[in-house]
Amino acid sequence: MTERGWTLGPKALTAPVRPRGGGRGGIAAIGRQALRTRRGAIGLTLVAIVVLFAVVGPFVAPHPPTALTTIPLSGPSGHAWLGGDFLGRDVWSRLLAGGWALLLLAVLATVLGVAAGTAIGVTAGLLQGKVDSILMRCVDVGLAFPQIVFALLLVSVAGARPWLVVVAVGISHTPQVARVVRAATLDVSEQDYVKVAESNGVSRWRIMMFEIVPNLVSVLMVELGLRLTFSITLIAGLTFIGFGLRPPAPNWGVMINENRIGLTLNPWGVLAPIALIAILTIGMNLLTDAFASAAIGVDRAGDLTLESSPFAAEAVP
Amino acid sequence: MTAAAAPATPDGDAPARARRAGGTILPLLARRLVAGVFTLFAVSIIVFAATQVLPGNAATAVLGQSATPLRVAQLEAQMHLNRPAVAQYASWIGGILHGNPGTSLVANQPVASIVLPRVLASAALVILAAVIGVTIGVVGGVLAASRRSGLIDQSMSLGSLIITAMPEFVVALLLVVLFSTTVFRVLPAVSIISPGHSVLGSPSQLVLPVATLVIVIVPYIFRMMRGAMLEALESDYVEMAQLRGQSVRRVLFVHALPNALAPVIQVIGLTLLYLAGGIVVVEFVFNYRGLGQGLVNAVTTRDIPTIQFLVLLLAAFYVFVNIVTDVLVLLVSPRRRYPR
Repeated sequence: MTERGWTLGPKALTAPVRPRGGGRGGIAAIGRQALRTRRGAIGLTLVAIVVLFAVVGPFVAPHPPTALTTIPLSGPSGHAWLGGDFLGRDVWSRLLAGGWALLLLAVLATVLGVAAGTAIGVTAGLLQGKVDSILMRCVDVGLAFPQIVFALLLVSVAGARPWLVVVAVGISHTPQVARVVRAATLDVSEQDYVKVAESNGVSRWRIMMFEIVPNLVSVLMVELGLRLTFSITLIAGLTFIGFGLRPPAPNWGVMINENRIGLTLNPWGVLAPIALIAILTIGMNLLTDAFASAAIGVDRAGDLTLESSPFAAEAVP
Repeated sequence: MTAAAAPATPDGDAPARARRAGGTILPLLARRLVAGVFTLFAVSIIVFAATQVLPGNAATAVLGQSATPLRVAQLEAQMHLNRPAVAQYASWIGGILHGNPGTSLVANQPVASIVLPRVLASAALVILAAVIGVTIGVVGGVLAASRRSGLIDQSMSLGSLIITAMPEFVVALLLVVLFSTTVFRVLPAVSIISPGHSVLGSPSQLVLPVATLVIVIVPYIFRMMRGAMLEALESDYVEMAQLRGQSVRRVLFVHALPNALAPVIQVIGLTLLYLAGGIVVVEFVFNYRGLGQGLVNAVTTRDIPTIQFLVLLLAAFYVFVNIVTDVLVLLVSPRRRYPR
């Protein structure tokens, strides 16, 4: 729990509200229900706006993002809608061109982190015993690093490169995801339908694939949403402090930092990328929150149970 | 009633075990400490190994490709790169255990003398933010839970949902725009404290960094506290107290709050853990000379001994806070000592 934020407790998410099963039909129903809430609809709209902006942006930018087209730090004009940046490049064009890299890296890092964490968590939760305790000790070691510090450590080793940022942020998510998924796996494997399958002599592999993993889908969806929000924050932050994507490539994090010196002359060079990042993360948070509430079936959004704390799961060793 | 006087049966009845609370906490603390030391040992290996996988040679990575062979050889000797990895690790960790984490490659001073003033500066930031943030968050959470869907609840819940999602640097820069550049211009945008002076001598430099951290942590504390209080308020003993006709305030503060004490401690612990990472970006934004900014500087200049020590220090803080939080939680809630 390096980042602020939380998950609803895995217990709440795996408790079957639906009579039985889960699977794809269940997840689609939860998704529809989440989008029908005001929170979910607003969240999706905000995320869609920023994603559209970032994806379409590079094709509609009026100027090349690295061309010097206007007076440095000049205010908004008909020629440059949001003025010029500290070198005289068009802020609006750089804004349009500078989003997709951040989104792509964040999605890749999230997928990597959640996939690795899920593999570790399910393995530990299912096999239990020695494997479990060894894996969880490793997870504890991983949890001892604040996420951004861990990412900085890796970046300091090999320099700032996009793939390294993906790996660093992905690995920094892994222990946290592993912990949540392990707890959820333990909960699911205590459910009656798993016991029935076990007593019917269904193989361990089939139980994992057809009974346990489908019932982890809602937990994983919430984790994906949360981790994506954190990835965006972390990667934008790393880029902002100078270790993500290198200038002169247009990028929201880079823009914020390099235009800080001209904050009094043309605040748009800082405010515009800040606004887009904020809209994106707020939208993701609302969407994840709506989905988590829909998955439990009760509207208790805003309540945080103690299960969600990293300590609760291990009150006694 | 001491641990020694109590019968040593492993599975005595619950009240008897509860009476031996002092006895069960100490072995637990010992186990936690041992686990913590092992975690730190593993962390130190990771931190050390990370600098070993440098493509090529650490000395050339530090000095750049254009370094003269002589300078590279000098640095290799200084960093003991010409010795086997295990010996390097042993002398590094041995140095740290003796209070000597090496020499900075950039400043050419002992790492310890660079880090110490930064520890104090960051501690001031973290403690101030934690005290203010926890107070606001806990009070807000209790009030929101006591009048569910009331004005405080609605506004703080909505505010927390929006603010939690915002990266620290977004909050920090919005504050800078509001209070130091365009709108008000009342507070310094970056801290300008000459080396050797304490931040506490110029409190105005602290306002914006602390405010950023407080804004960022309050929503989290608020939501956690609100959840814990709601859980306590829905419990049977609170209902019983209400049925007995006790006043709202008495129910809230005498019956519900003590049972939400463990969550308060956990919240403080989690806040401190978050702050250990949160200071990195915030100190960078405000050019505040603390550990976070020190780490960013060290990574920029590839000052490996400083990076290693700072990361190890932050991880040690993490492990320490975890242990203290766990033990305190178990002290205030005896029930948790025994798994169901």
